[in-house]
This record gives sequence, C-alpha cells and structure tokens, in this order.
Amino acid sequence: MIPAAQPQKSVDLGDLKIDHSSRRSLFTIAMTILASACMLLTLIPLIAVLTYVFLQGFRRFNLPLLTQLPPPPGLTEGGIANAILGTLIVVGIAAIISVPFGVLAAVFLAEFGKGNPLARWVRFATNVLSGVPSIVAGVFAYGLLVKTGLTGYSAIAGGVALSVLMLPTIIRTTDEALQIVPKEVRMASVGLGASNYQTILKIVLPAAVPSIITGVTLAIARAAGETAPLIFTALNSSFWPGGVLEPISSLSVLVYNFATVPYEPQKQLAWAGALILVLMVLMTSIAARLATRQKTY
Amino acid sequence: MTQQISTMTATETVIQAENVNIYYGSNLAVRNVFLDIPPRQITAFIGPSGCGKSTILRCFNRLNDLIEGFRLQGRITYHNHNLYAKDIDPVSVRRHIGMVFQKPNPFPKTIYDNVAYGPRVNNYEGNLDELVESSLRRAALWDEVKDKLGENGFSLSGGQQQRLSIARTIAVDPEVLLMDEPCSALDPIATLKIEELMKDLKEKYTIIIVTHNMQQAARVSDMTAFFNAEATAEQGGKVGYLVEFDETTKIFTQPSQEATQDYVSGRFG
Ligand SMILES: Nc1ncnc2c1ncn2[C@@H]1O[C@H](COP(=O)(O)OP(=O)(O)OP(=O)(O)O)[C@@H](O)[C@H]1O
Ligand SMILES: [Mg+2]
Repeated sequence: MIPAAQPQKSVDLGDLKIDHSSRRSLFTIAMTILASACMLLTLIPLIAVLTYVFLQGFRRFNLPLLTQLPPPPGLTEGGIANAILGTLIVVGIAAIISVPFGVLAAVFLAEFGKGNPLARWVRFATNVLSGVPSIVAGVFAYGLLVKTGLTGYSAIAGGVALSVLMLPTIIRTTDEALQIVPKEVRMASVGLGASNYQTILKIVLPAAVPSIITGVTLAIARAAGETAPLIFTALNSSFWPGGVLEPISSLSVLVYNFATVPYEPQKQLAWAGALILVLMVLMTSIAARLATRQKTY
Repeated sequence: MTQQISTMTATETVIQAENVNIYYGSNLAVRNVFLDIPPRQITAFIGPSGCGKSTILRCFNRLNDLIEGFRLQGRITYHNHNLYAKDIDPVSVRRHIGMVFQKPNPFPKTIYDNVAYGPRVNNYEGNLDELVESSLRRAALWDEVKDKLGENGFSLSGGQQQRLSIARTIAVDPEVLLMDEPCSALDPIATLKIEELMKDLKEKYTIIIVTHNMQQAARVSDMTAFFNAEATAEQGGKVGYLVEFDETTKIFTQPSQEATQDYVSGRFG
C-alpha cells in the first residue's frame, strides 16, 4: 500500500541561511554583548582582589612564615604559624559540631519531615539562621560560653560561634541532596526487605555524600574567613595554641589586628595571612570539586 | 507464618485481593478489585496506561506505604494473612514478596554490592560470592559483568541495569516476584532471556508481571488479568478496575468481555 509517487512540491529554502541583519539576529548579538560585558564587570573586582592579595602577600612568603611565631612589635622576621594552626583548630571544632548535627537534622527533614509541622518550622529556622549576620553568632557564643565562664575566651567558644554559621549551609545542602535521590531507589531498597534506617544509612546517604561534601566545604570556606564572631570568643594570642580552653590566634583576626598597626613587618604579615586564607579557601573548593566530580543522581 | 503454610490445601491461592479500593489522597485510583493469584504460575497484568496496574502490584508487598496519601480499602491476603493487619511487619512482607521496577534503578554501589545488598540486609549467612554469581547467571547478566564486579552499577547499559535489578531481587529468594514491565528497557534478545528466566523461576516462585507487550503476556503467562480505566464523575478523573481475569489462552482467544477482545486484538479506543 505504498502511496503513488507525487510530483515533488518545490520548497523555498532560502530562509535556512543565517541572515545577520534580521531583527532576531541583531537581538541575539546585542544580548550577547550585554551579557559578556556584565560578566567582565563582575570578574574585575574578583581578579583585582586576588592579584593584589597575591602580589602583596607573596613578597613575604617564606618557610619561617609557616613555622614561626609572629615577632614582637617593631621586630622583623617571624611567621604566622600559630594563626594558621589556630584557624585549622577553630574551624575543625566548628566542623565537628556542625557536620553531625547538620547532616542528621537534614536526614530528619528529608526522610521523616513530610507533612510534619515541626519540619516546616525547622526549615524556616534554618533559612532565618542563614541570614543572621556573623557577629550575631559571635554574640551568641559569647553570651553562652564566655560571659557565663563556661569556657571563657577559648578555641571552643570560637568553634561554637562558627558552627552556628555553618549549620544552615550544611542542613540546606544535605536536605537538597537527600531529596534528589529518586523515590524508586528507596522503594527498591525497601522492596528488598531493608528497613527505613538501613535504606537511609546504606543507600540514600552514600548516594548523597558528594553533595554533602560540597555543602560542608562551602560552609568551612565561609567559616574560615570569618573575623567578627572570633574577636570576642576565640580572642587572639601571640603564642602557640595552648589547648581548646585557651584563647587562640586565627588568620582572620591576625589580619584584622596586623593590618592596622603602624609597623611595616606586621603589615606584611597581614598580607601574607590574607594570602594564606585565600589559598586555604581555594584549596577546600578544589577539594570539594574533586570529591563531587562523580555525581550519583 | 510457616505453620499456616504447611496446612494449606492444593487449591490454595498465594495472594488474594478482596474488593480492593485504592486511593491516592482523595482520588480513587482503582476500585473493586477481586483477584486470586495461583502459586507457581505466571500471572500477567495488562491494560492501558494509567489503569492502575503498578498501583495494585505495589499493594502486594506494601510498597505503597511509602507514598504519601495512599489508602487501601478491602483486604489483601498472602497465604490467608491480611497484609494490612496491624500486627504485620511490612519489612518482612517485602522479604517474602520481591519487586522488579518499571525503570532500571541500580544503587550507587558496585555491581557486586548491588546484588549482595538484599542478602546482607537480610543477614544472609551462606556464601555471598556464590549467591551473587548464581543470581547474576540466572538474570542472564553474569557473562557480561563477571570481569567488572567492582565497577559502579551505573556503568552498565540500561538493559544491563534492568537485569542487575532482577538479579538483585532474586538474590533475596522471595516466594513471590512482582515484575513491573521488567522488559520495557530491554532488547529482544535480553527480553527472551528474561522470559526464559521467568519460566525457570516459576517452578519455585509465583510471578506477577505487568506488561504492555501482548505477545509477551501470551508467551509467558498462565493467567491474565485485563484492567481498564473509566472516567469518573469528577472532571478529568479516571478510575481503574479489573475487567476480566482468566486463563491466558482464554483471554487471548475467546474473552467473555468485548473490551478485552478489543484490547488484545489491538482495536482499542
Ligand atoms: N505516587 C502517586 N501519587 C498519586 N497518584 C498516583 C501515584 N502513582 C499513581 N498514581 C495514579 O494512579 C493511577 C494509576 O497509576 P499506575 O501507575 O498504577 O498506572 P499503570 O497502569 O501502572 O500505568 P502504566 O502502564 O503507564 O505504568 C494514575 O491515575 C496515577 O495518576
Ligand atoms: Mg506502571
């Protein structure tokens, strides 16, 4: 039942060619130029900051910078090793607090929070918390731990302040990551005789791990650069970290302090500290990229 | 449960649905279903899209419990136990009644761990390596994956993933196997392999398969249930119902309902 061949109708195919003067093409060109210009404009401050910090900080870059204590005012040499270590410790404490709480809270939201009014409030509170200025988190830790004398000015107080800042990011990214895991995969696991908890722990959480790591590193990167909440919790110190209950030095507070003193060596250290801070944030971001290269869903 | 099974007679049914209505929220999805699924046979569910075949299938191992707003009226029994009774543990139900899904859905784990997952959560105590191998062999996948058991399940093609899902399900050794369009992502060769597998399995297992492929239903099944959907009073509402349930040969040669005749001969709608 093949239809009889019909005489070919001639079709005008002239409109297949690109016409650069058509309104559509002109609009496309204009929008491309506009978008590119905006992209360049936003890149300028970013590149300017990075190059300036790099040029300024790089002059002072040497081994003692990473291994020695800052010099007393007026003297040269020395390094900022205590501040580097301090930042790692304070951020580490913050991560130890916020990662388990944040991930488990997100598990509750994503897995048990359907239609649960409590979950709606937790989500709302998380969103509010993510907009809270960092100094408020500092005041909170100050009031909770320093003022009451529970820990005094200490690495722990600083860590608690930073963990408050990290929590919303971790909860939100984990919550989203868990919800992306398809319903069918949960059903498959449950259909094989796994309990809800086995399904969450063995299938859903592992599938979400790359995205959770991204969230955690983002949170860490943000927390590492915070100054305000540390000034009146972790305080500062010119010595090696003496324990989690002692005041502790950190890169951001060191930069804040040294950038404003009249001594040139200290100013140089401040630049070097800023550079190291930027490098640390850069490295965590790259690490996050590597960890999330293979997305599961 | 074991006691009960041993006292059963020859005319037993494995799964029985008695006047089942299923709701999603306030929408009635399926109404008035009566079914007696015979043991160690293949029962096919056929019918147009949206008539509730998957919905009924998921009720048989309580997977619908995971869906918000799901509600069931009537009774579904498994060896005379009401599956929706208060004292029934849905987790154990699913160990007896396994499911293969419409879409391939491997876990984000290695091929080996995909198959070993079910036995592991069920505290399997035998030789896991052997079980994984025999399950993969029966799902006609072993030869293609035996050298890369450590690779991620996602590295397989869609059809291979589906056979992995089948291997995963039979590794738990359920008594009843629910298969929701298991071959919709497979090429004809793999489809035939799966059909062979089903015929092998039915010596021990009871199988229910949903399929849109009439030839497949005619080829493999002993019993066939034809479902259809009708418009409800509400705007745009549709509710599925069972039109006819009989031996496959009867359904395909001399069905008692005209709608069945139209559907199996492709003259539908
Ligand atoms: N998770 C769900 N939530 C709400 N309604 C649902 C859900 N799953 C199915 N339904 C509804 O139930 C009815 C039956 O759907 P079901 O998936 O069982 O059909 P089906 O016969 O399997 O179709 P297909 O052949 O396309 O797979 C449909 O009207 C559908 O909209
Ligand atoms: Mg379906």
